Amino acid sequence: MIALIRLIARNRLALVGLVVLAALVVVSLITPLLPLADPDVIDTARRFKRPFTEGAVLGTDHLGRDLLSRLLWGTRLSLLVGFSAAMIAAMVGASMGIVAGYFGSVTDNIIMRSVDTLMGFPYILLALAIVAVLGPGLFNALIAVAAVNIPFFARNIRGVTVTIAHLDYVDAARLNGRNHLSIILGEVLPNVVPTIVVAVSTTVGWMILETAGLSFLGLGSQPPQADLGSMLGEARAALITSPHTSFVPGAMILVIVMGVNLLGDGIRDALDPRLKSGALSRPQPATKVAHFAATEPQQTDAVLELSGVSTSFDLGARDLQAVREVSLHLNRGECLGLIGESGSGKSVTALSILRLVASPPGVIKGGSVHFGDENLVRLPHHRLRQIRGNRISYIFQDPLTTLHPLLTVGTQMLEAIKAHQRITTREAQELALSLLDQVRIPDPQRVFTSHPHQLSGGMRQRIGIAMALCNDPDVIIADEPTTALDVTVQAQILTLIDDLRRERGLSVIFITHDFSVVSQLCDRVAVLYAGEVVELGTTQQIIEQPLHPYTAKLMQCVPQLGAGRRRLDAIPGLPPRADEPLTGCAFASRCDRVHDACLQQPIALSDQELQRAVRCIRPGGDTKPDQQGAAA
Amino acid sequence: MGEYIVKRLLSALPVLFGITVIVFLIMAMIPGDPATAILGSYATPENVERLNRQLGLDRPLPLRYLIWLGNMLQGDFGQSFSLNRPVLEEVLERLNATLILAGTSFVLCSLLGIIAGVISATRQYGLADKGITFAVILGISIPSFFLGMMLILTFSVNLRMFPVSGMWPIYGDRDFNALVRHLTLPALTLSVVATGVIARLSRSAMLEVLRADYIRTARAKGLRETRVVWLHALKTAMVSILPILGLQAGFVLSGAVYIEMVFQWPGVGRMLVDAILKRDIMLVQGGVVFVASCYVLFNIIVDVLQTLLDSRIKT
Repeated sequence: MIALIRLIARNRLALVGLVVLAALVVVSLITPLLPLADPDVIDTARRFKRPFTEGAVLGTDHLGRDLLSRLLWGTRLSLLVGFSAAMIAAMVGASMGIVAGYFGSVTDNIIMRSVDTLMGFPYILLALAIVAVLGPGLFNALIAVAAVNIPFFARNIRGVTVTIAHLDYVDAARLNGRNHLSIILGEVLPNVVPTIVVAVSTTVGWMILETAGLSFLGLGSQPPQADLGSMLGEARAALITSPHTSFVPGAMILVIVMGVNLLGDGIRDALDPRLKSGALSRPQPATKVAHFAATEPQQTDAVLELSGVSTSFDLGARDLQAVREVSLHLNRGECLGLIGESGSGKSVTALSILRLVASPPGVIKGGSVHFGDENLVRLPHHRLRQIRGNRISYIFQDPLTTLHPLLTVGTQMLEAIKAHQRITTREAQELALSLLDQVRIPDPQRVFTSHPHQLSGGMRQRIGIAMALCNDPDVIIADEPTTALDVTVQAQILTLIDDLRRERGLSVIFITHDFSVVSQLCDRVAVLYAGEVVELGTTQQIIEQPLHPYTAKLMQCVPQLGAGRRRLDAIPGLPPRADEPLTGCAFASRCDRVHDACLQQPIALSDQELQRAVRCIRPGGDTKPDQQGAAA
Repeated sequence: MGEYIVKRLLSALPVLFGITVIVFLIMAMIPGDPATAILGSYATPENVERLNRQLGLDRPLPLRYLIWLGNMLQGDFGQSFSLNRPVLEEVLERLNATLILAGTSFVLCSLLGIIAGVISATRQYGLADKGITFAVILGISIPSFFLGMMLILTFSVNLRMFPVSGMWPIYGDRDFNALVRHLTLPALTLSVVATGVIARLSRSAMLEVLRADYIRTARAKGLRETRVVWLHALKTAMVSILPILGLQAGFVLSGAVYIEMVFQWPGVGRMLVDAILKRDIMLVQGGVVFVASCYVLFNIIVDVLQTLLDSRIKT
């Protein structure tokens, strides 16, 4: 409870709501003790006195009654009625929801069917009908408002109860022969209470409004007794001549409901973090770039060059370094493989190139990406946009989530083309169809008008590839394009990418965790571990003689055809924490060749020219440490 | 698609049937008999009995329901005793006014709410977002009848920009211009709460969608940010916003009752309140059945739009 209050207090607006509401509750509790005029004494000689006149701070109403006194008594009544309605709705609705959710089958069906039918009415009709039956009156209005809210509670609580009722320990309790009532009270109820509290806190303001509304219509509290709604209703006739009689009760309703709603939002955020308005953050159109000095390119003939790129995820308290000073270059027409375990930073490296890392929380904290004579890290968004999908394009991992689900393939291809080329729709359409044909899609015309969900996984990935080719790019970055596909389709897609790159002279960065893919496709390979490049070389060099122990282990993970029933070794251990700077070799804790020197300082790449390089002070083949020690 | 619409319309029949049953049962539960309400409390018992027989109230309940239903299916909704005219005529006339008011408000709140929600989401934690978020809380907290009164005071009485009340000028032409002038304030007032609710939900729907992988794809293609937000993101967000619009239609229809009272709009809501206070049961029954049917019909339209928007939904 204290924790809850503390959580609410963290939200400033909720705190304001809490304070306002608490003050109003206190005032309405002590209203009978205050030295106020009698709210119901009529004095027609003193009608419509303005506020701040003698003897009436807020003035008087159309019958000469003291407005301040009526306001406080009315507030007391409105709060009481509003909260009572919420309590009744919560109790009845929650009971129905729990019974329906717990017992299921026929009981559930009957209860939920009637709830659905009730929800088929605009709520006011139901409230009016109930008042019509019971007759006008404040208590009847309370019943009506509570009744129209019961379906809302029943539905919400039933949803939660259904999941709880099928949890193992509830089943166990049932099998142990505990009776239903004891299970509901002991196991189910405590778990649905937070949902009930959230539902109450988000609807109580509305219920106060509705009871005031019914009173306003003359169907709620009857004279001389007055809640805020009927005060407003009575004052309406004199709106033009004496607006203060309307303003006073109206403003009070606003203050009460606003207080309740602010507090309600705070409670909801505290109890149900999923719904918290700030929990979701929207990625900016381009990754945020921190302030740092730009670096100059080294390899002038490379088509794309990354130097010292560092990308972090800034999570407020923690700063996760996903990519640590990665330097790479991509030569014209070559295929560079980026390989590593999941979490090694390979995708983030690739996304950093066109600043597509979701930001927040992503921030590029250093380095440069040179493409042509431009540094992409420094480019304003509108220039970056002209390169994206045009000169450099991506093929993403899972085309089911990376293609727009509600737009046709054709629309998605046309917009990609027309974002960068000034051609007519007809020409663009012809281009798109020919591209679909080039990625070996049978019946391009049909696929063009289809939605992604109507196609197979392999087909979708072909579309992803066709889309990447739309503007005849110089560089394609393929981020595990075959991971989501089954094996035979994988092989087809790899062949396709390889063929296209040779036909079109594309430069490709190919990201994967699979060495067999690398050997099939790539000219050179960069091995990433914990956000660092740990080894670099031609595919042949690396496969024949891996220098870094991590590379060697990674290669052992590839199953070999005809190698018999060899156990596939996952590499034991975990990468170092990403929220701390490296103090030694990142791989030390998982390495069986580890040595004291490995832990003393971060290890540098052996060759700064970045042709054949390794980040290890004891590089070598897959030898045992004692053997190597003996050799030294 | 045509087949789906027919199927959906047929599936509404049991709901409509359920509505008539509920309305009839509630009305039958009203204490005291209508004859006394019509004749007044000084009526002789003989007269009350005779009127009851005339109204068919001496028959058993299920029979009365079937007669009522049969008459309704033939277009006979009975006679309103307080207005002394056929219920159908009165209700249709009033419903027309209500639909003009509620329809305008609904269009307003949908447009404003979605636009505000999208802007709020794309400028998350920015000044615009904070401003909109606060306006939303204010909007859903203010009683619409109070807001309406304050707007009348400001814009009609003090600034004389709009008429104080009613749907048509008392003297003068009943043309489109006159209607717009009379409609502006009530329609705006009625749309405030729903705008707030829609803006709030649009914001969170948009925030969710904007993190999706296909939004990153759209950006990777080099599309303009306006296209990414207003086409790619909003299109998917609409899948979760549309049902909210359907729900809000009910709230707008309900809120119309207060607005019709405040602005003296000759709609069905005001008619219902009057009828309840006068215990004119036939009129209440007819009005409720009509308004509820409109709501059911509207929700069918929303469902159809939903399947048009998202072809993944099985029709």
